[in-house]
Amino acid sequence: MAERTVLIGSTHGLHARPAKLFTKAAAAAGAPVTLQKGDGKPVNAASILGVISLGINHGDSVTLSTAGDNAESVLDELSELLLTDHDA
Amino acid sequence: MIELQGIGIGQGVAIGRVLRMPEPLPEPVDLRSVLEPAAELARATASMHAVAEDLEALGDRAGGTAQEVLEAQAMMAEDPTLVDEVTARLHKHQTAERAVFESFAAFRDQLAALGGYLGERAADLDDVAQRVIADLAGLPAPGVPDPDEPFVLVARDLAPADTAVLDLDKVLGLITIDGGPTSHTAILAREKSITAVVGAHAATQLTDGDEVIVDAANGVVLLTPSPEQLDEARARILARAARALAPIGPGRLKDGTSVPLLANLGSADGAAAAVALGAEGVGLFRTEFLFLEATSAPTVQQQREQYERMLREFPGRKVVVRALDAGADKPLAFLNDAAEENPALGLRGLRALRASEDILREQLTALAEADAATDADLWVMAPMVATVEEAAYFTDLAHELGLKTAGVMVEVPSAALMADRILAHTDFASIGTNDLTQYTLAADRMLGSVAGFQDPWHPAVLRLVGEVGAAGARLGKPVGVCGEAAADPLLAVVLVGLGATTLSMSASALADVRASLADFTLEQARHLAGAALTADGAASARAAATALALAHTHPSSTPDGAAPTVPTTPERGIQK
Repeated sequence: MAERTVLIGSTHGLHARPAKLFTKAAAAAGAPVTLQKGDGKPVNAASILGVISLGINHGDSVTLSTAGDNAESVLDELSELLLTDHDA
Repeated sequence: MIELQGIGIGQGVAIGRVLRMPEPLPEPVDLRSVLEPAAELARATASMHAVAEDLEALGDRAGGTAQEVLEAQAMMAEDPTLVDEVTARLHKHQTAERAVFESFAAFRDQLAALGGYLGERAADLDDVAQRVIADLAGLPAPGVPDPDEPFVLVARDLAPADTAVLDLDKVLGLITIDGGPTSHTAILAREKSITAVVGAHAATQLTDGDEVIVDAANGVVLLTPSPEQLDEARARILARAARALAPIGPGRLKDGTSVPLLANLGSADGAAAAVALGAEGVGLFRTEFLFLEATSAPTVQQQREQYERMLREFPGRKVVVRALDAGADKPLAFLNDAAEENPALGLRGLRALRASEDILREQLTALAEADAATDADLWVMAPMVATVEEAAYFTDLAHELGLKTAGVMVEVPSAALMADRILAHTDFASIGTNDLTQYTLAADRMLGSVAGFQDPWHPAVLRLVGEVGAAGARLGKPVGVCGEAAADPLLAVVLVGLGATTLSMSASALADVRASLADFTLEQARHLAGAALTADGAASARAAATALALAHTHPSSTPDGAAPTVPTTPERGIQK
């Protein structure tokens, strides 16, 4: 199981558009990925409703977890999306 | 004729026939399903898939950022967690309709409980839920009507998906029953210059085909208007169209007193459009755009290029640039990202810049270099200044770094009350009426529940403006106004009467304000200001100024027969 903790870059947090970009990429990862805000409950990263309902704001710390062969490259791609400010 | 009160957005008038948004579907009844859970699940997934495809198709039609929102909604319609939630409920023998309703409602409540920007996005989920439930029931998807003829749209409020697919060429006007001055509908109306009255609670009585006058300037909707009222509205529509086409000249009062009209800009992109609308310069150039996109402060060189690009649009003209205005409400990782209980009262504006003085020095250096390379008349000012000491600090630093003209924003009551001392140290002052109102009336301008307090017509705000104006006149220093208040045609006259020497606003408001100023002499403007200052509250100040304005512009007509050539803007809060 690989993990990565990053800070959210989008000015208005993970609302519809940034959440869509992220969950689409998570769904395409080929292995289940979870997203956890702080110490909260992990949600399916491929679920836009799950991700949005975490209420993730700009600057929040979140943790990605996944297993699988290419876990590190999946985490690279997904953390890049979370760090980018999609509201800019 | 019936008159419905609301909050007008902008200065427009429109005449048309009503079409209502369909009412939301009733809540599905919680009955035990007569079908097997598997059969209900098949129904649910079929409808969810159909709605996802519809939303994708709507997105393709809309394009742009609307497409992104609609694609996100399409994903919500088929969300895997949602399918899990629905499946669990179906196994308790709920109907597909009820299971979908409850599952979406659970997510919606979580989101709404968050409040703020994410909380407001709960409407996105409601719209998806409605579409799935309608599909299950075999009903048409709820949404904006799309008739062949132009119409006046009446809705509770509009969801983002509604505004995205609205055919603006056919919408004569918008009326909402629930929406407030910061709702999606109001924002859309302002952006696209659509005549709108929002929060008109009595508009529930309007039905399809009713003829109405939407009078945004006065914040009313007239149902079944008389022929005289229709004639008057048509005359106002023509007069406003003529004003927009009127030759563009410098802002001046009836007696020739010059009141330069400037534009508020957030990037160099709007400069050409502002010049075309007659902006005589820039009264507020916000620089946040350079910083908000960045994870580290932009370099002096990067800033200089952006500033030069904008200054080149205004050769020989005044351009007032505001130093970076950030705080806990607009956190920047490299400036201030500590959470605060009261961001509006925290380390923001000049306070945050002083805590990271290298960022302020770099910005002022880049501005001085851009000034040297271009022909515009560059002024710089500091945001959120509360004390004389802060004003002197900023002015001295700007002068030291080579900027000729340096001043401060007056947004905090202490700065307005101390304006004579502050202006003794600075070259000018510029009043930000939005924040000045928020701080004077102690009402968070982002909070809908106290929006009624956010009205720059309040005599307490006007008295503070008057303090600054009087200090400026005594010391011979310019006093500008660069808040929303300057865009209200009648309030603009009052502000000049209180001593404002320039007015800065979004470019779309220039034509109405220019026409309004030309109707009054300086003496009359002072007269109007005096009437507003002695009122008890915002509504009575507005009423007193409006009555005097009518007496000046229509000296012979009776009070109830006169059509105001200078309509007021009731948008900023009807106080009930």
